[in-house]
Amino acid sequence: MSTRLAKHGRLIDRSKQIAFTFNGKSMQGFAGDTLASALLANGQVMMGRSFKYHRPRGVVASGSEEPNALMQLGVGDRYEPNQRATTTELFSGLTAQSQNHWPSLEFDVLAVNNKLSRFLTAGFYYKMFIHPRPLWKHVYEPIIRKSAGLGAAPDKELKDADTYEHFYFFADVLVIGGGVAGLQAAKAAAASGAKVLVLEQNNFWGGRAPVDGGTIDGEAPEAWIEKTLAELRGMDNVTLRDRCMGSGVYDHGYALGYERLTDHAPGQGGPRHRLWRIRASQIVTATGAIERPLSFAGNDVPGVMLAASMRDYVVNWGINPGQKVVVATNNDDAYRTALVLHDAGVEVVRVVDTRETGGGALMEAVRERGIRVELGRAIAKVKDGKCVTEVAICAQNGEGGARETVQADAVAMSGGWSPVVHLWSHCGGKLIWDEVNANFRPDASRPPLGHDGNGFVVPAGAANGEFGLGALLEDAAAAGAKAAEAAGFPAKTVAAAKGESEAEAQMEAVWLMPAKADIKLRMKSWLDYQNDVKVSDVQLAAREGYESVEHTKRYTTLGMATDQGKLSNINGLAILADSLNSEIPQVGTTTFRPPYHPISLGAIAGEARAEIFQPVRKTPIADWLDKNGADWEPVGQWRRPFAITKPGEDRHAAVNREVKNTRENLGLLDASTLGKLVVKGPDAGKFLDMLYTNMMSTLKVGKCRYGLMCTENGFLMDDGVVARIDEDTFLCHTTTGGAERIHGWMEEWLQTEWWDMKVYVANVTEQYAQIAVVGPNARKVLEKLNAAAGGGMDVSKEALPFMEWRDGKIGEFDARAYRISFSGELSYEIAVAASEGQAFWDALMDAGKEFGVMPYGTETLHILRAEKGFIMIGDETDGTVIPQDLGLHWALSKKKEDYLGKRAQQRSHMVDPERWQLVGLETVDGSVLPDGAYALGEGVNANGQRNMIGRVTSTYHSATLGRGIAMGLVKHGPKRMGEVIEFPGTDGKTYKAKIVDPVFYDKDGEKQNV
Amino acid sequence: MSKAVSVLNGARFSGLATVEDAGLQGMITLRGDLGSSALKAAVKAATGADVPAQGSISVAENGAAAWMSPDELLLLVPYEDAVAKTAEVAEALKGEHALAVNVSDARAFFRLSGEGAREVLGKVSPVDFDAAAFKPGQFRRSRLAQVAGAFWLNDDGNFYIVCFRSVGEYVFKLLSAGAHPQSKVGVY
Repeated sequence: MSTRLAKHGRLIDRSKQIAFTFNGKSMQGFAGDTLASALLANGQVMMGRSFKYHRPRGVVASGSEEPNALMQLGVGDRYEPNQRATTTELFSGLTAQSQNHWPSLEFDVLAVNNKLSRFLTAGFYYKMFIHPRPLWKHVYEPIIRKSAGLGAAPDKELKDADTYEHFYFFADVLVIGGGVAGLQAAKAAAASGAKVLVLEQNNFWGGRAPVDGGTIDGEAPEAWIEKTLAELRGMDNVTLRDRCMGSGVYDHGYALGYERLTDHAPGQGGPRHRLWRIRASQIVTATGAIERPLSFAGNDVPGVMLAASMRDYVVNWGINPGQKVVVATNNDDAYRTALVLHDAGVEVVRVVDTRETGGGALMEAVRERGIRVELGRAIAKVKDGKCVTEVAICAQNGEGGARETVQADAVAMSGGWSPVVHLWSHCGGKLIWDEVNANFRPDASRPPLGHDGNGFVVPAGAANGEFGLGALLEDAAAAGAKAAEAAGFPAKTVAAAKGESEAEAQMEAVWLMPAKADIKLRMKSWLDYQNDVKVSDVQLAAREGYESVEHTKRYTTLGMATDQGKLSNINGLAILADSLNSEIPQVGTTTFRPPYHPISLGAIAGEARAEIFQPVRKTPIADWLDKNGADWEPVGQWRRPFAITKPGEDRHAAVNREVKNTRENLGLLDASTLGKLVVKGPDAGKFLDMLYTNMMSTLKVGKCRYGLMCTENGFLMDDGVVARIDEDTFLCHTTTGGAERIHGWMEEWLQTEWWDMKVYVANVTEQYAQIAVVGPNARKVLEKLNAAAGGGMDVSKEALPFMEWRDGKIGEFDARAYRISFSGELSYEIAVAASEGQAFWDALMDAGKEFGVMPYGTETLHILRAEKGFIMIGDETDGTVIPQDLGLHWALSKKKEDYLGKRAQQRSHMVDPERWQLVGLETVDGSVLPDGAYALGEGVNANGQRNMIGRVTSTYHSATLGRGIAMGLVKHGPKRMGEVIEFPGTDGKTYKAKIVDPVFYDKDGEKQNV
Repeated sequence: MSKAVSVLNGARFSGLATVEDAGLQGMITLRGDLGSSALKAAVKAATGADVPAQGSISVAENGAAAWMSPDELLLLVPYEDAVAKTAEVAEALKGEHALAVNVSDARAFFRLSGEGAREVLGKVSPVDFDAAAFKPGQFRRSRLAQVAGAFWLNDDGNFYIVCFRSVGEYVFKLLSAGAHPQSKVGVY
């Protein structure tokens, strides 16, 4: 069992006790602990259950590569699953729960899966549950979901209590990693004057060096780290950020940093995470290396740890990992762990070294301390259980027989080191296989390339495959200088710090322990802890024909867990290569994708939550509408009122009231959202003739004309009223959703195709509050305002006829009034300066009282226009509809040589008489047709589906007519007037509707022209 | 002009920086040949300022001209004068191919001041706000989180920010969130 040592622990402050709970049990740790070190200090070696087999699992690493010790942290609105105990800083009141077990960590019913492991091999689910199909959804999947999985999802009713933000930063050189290599590289780069940003994922600097020992410039590494940090902090051109992980490297020197601001102090205020969005000319990846596990049976039993991680726990946090420790290794580095353990007073019962020839000076030092070292030996098996109890030792070069069993409660293993090449690889940096160290390292000749075809990432130190302290520091200094120079700063030679560490003997590549382990052992030798993938699974995949490492990954799930195979990747592909009788470099690695380590969704979303989740566009009248009962609906990024309800009134009752009142008295509509584009220039008329299907150049100054716009493929894309302001200037109204799109459309044609046309376009949509004053009393209210102000614009039929506009005063307001109508009533659309919009609205509401004024919303707008048979872009059109389908031939100029869409509309499919065409639809019983319903035809199509002959495009209850009205597109529709066709609804009913003229109300247009 | 109200109607938030509604501001969009002497003269007459270089704003006593694109300027004039000045510019450019249009009411306008101003903007706009990179007189059309925006740094050390009127409230809340007193980044 693990305990706290009386001494050691360079990162903890023993004077500051911190209380926390694990699975409801109260525990104590120290300031500076991680959750993992604190749990070990409390004897909690077992920290979770495995994904598939529910095997007991303990912490195996000490950093972000940890696959096992995943926790559910916090409660309520700060609850978060799948958090690594190794990267969680301990704080007072922390609550952690282990995952993936039922009913408890100690006793897990589903551990029976462990007994079934010989059946749960790679591809098991694919093979077993594919037939019969319905069973998968209803039987297998629910069971598997319950048995396999990580932490529980947060309560969907709760909202994250924290806030997040982004921050944009620019640097000449970004150094990722604040270990000694990163600091050395930063120092070299900064000396040239480059602006340098250094990111370190931990809350301490210097990486592994203080644990691993050696000397830098003749001193302990810690002294050099402190000195260098002080130096860098004193430079104006250097920014240092700890608790900030370099998470991804992207095209053109873009990188993300994930800064954890309050994870160690929840609720202290301010953002919890900050996502740094960095543009750097050059990026130095000083990301260090990760130790590889050894693949022996029972290498996942709690108490088995990576050797260097065990050393971290001793040196950094003063943890005694066990009373008796076995060290297994294929390299010299693990001897450092034996030395550290021994010097801390822990009994090292055995070092088993696979190498027949053994190691160098470090091994001698271990032997000198009287520790038994066995060469050419291996671990055959660690006995299953909730903690290590027995370790069986055998010859490495065998099948695992002739074992000697020793009693131990912890195992330190080291299979060698793999450079962290992830960030180098994210954007396309290539790797080479290093035979000496048996690992993939960056290929300096094939870096990720920037916009200019030159490399923009420089690897440094252990991340570049340089492990000795001396070589590592020299490499890092060169990398920093190289990056600064590539960023455009004249090289300034900075001597690398002189590092010295013990010389190490050649390591031995060991992918399976023992080398010829039998199947029983291989079925207990874990490659991927988090996804429960074993040596036997990868071998099975190879036997079944999986040759590509990418396919094997997906078939076995190797490396697909939340740790993305940081520990398992190389071991797994080595096993695959062996099974395929291939070489490791030929098999290659899977793709490294960002983020390096999972980052929170909150950090990605940044500030975009709650009120500023999404911009909501507001008209000048929006606040008034909101206070007066608006029932909002989204229209593009705007909110428009569906209806303006009175207290106690539902939205449908409100709509019926609004419709009747507008037809009988006076309605006001906030039409400010309609797009308004000024088009000006000597070629403006010519330009608009090309954009609209009808003729605009002939429009007289002072008049308005309705127009249609089509795409070059002939489909109707927007409509609106165009007003000619002066000889050179037009004002084009677009739909609400079309303003920006049509503005862009116009600019695109002007900039790319018709660049010789002299036309300027400006979007003035938001300059105006535009209010539709609609109904029989519309003129009266305007005249009343004018009378009160003692003059103003003549709004009589004679002075301002239908489809004309005038500038002038209405009441006290500078206004432009358009006599246009989308309702069939007497109607003025009046534009005033947006800043005066609310005042104008108030004046209308006030003056309109005696005329029965009521505001109305978009649904009433829709019904009024549908009663008149006016089409609506987005209802009657869906990107497949041409004006001819809608009976809009009158708006298609026959005089013009060309307009956008004209040629397309002459193609055979477009002139096909079989195209569905617009008609009105009246239900036989007066009910309302379901929106989008299809009309049934005879027979079935080639797919065996019932033939369709039409569909409903708009459907409403008309309060004016007291019945349901609809428009739809129907095959041969206009020729079938009076026929009754059937529309099955999704409610099981079939609706019968008569085909009628789409104009239901005031066919002659008398009401709007008064 | 008491009927006219700016979008935020004087709203103010103080944290890492102070975010303030800068009130009604006359603005004229001017498109045309920025090299033509007629345009230069019209700009000078309307604002007192010269046609600015790319990416910058030229500020005069009672007006300013900001560079929006190779054929577009944003002229700043007193709000009360915007209608008249627009007409004057249009008149001065008669015969030239140019467009002058009053957009004063289509905009929201903010002042961002205080030590944290650079960092607050750096949270919402992908622009280098390092003092060495973004200097007084520079003008930038960019993005404020999810919406379009433009801003410049005035000689007095304040940033002025322009966005569309309809998203004024969003931008005010966005900048206020970025100015949360406990969200200091500490790099500028």
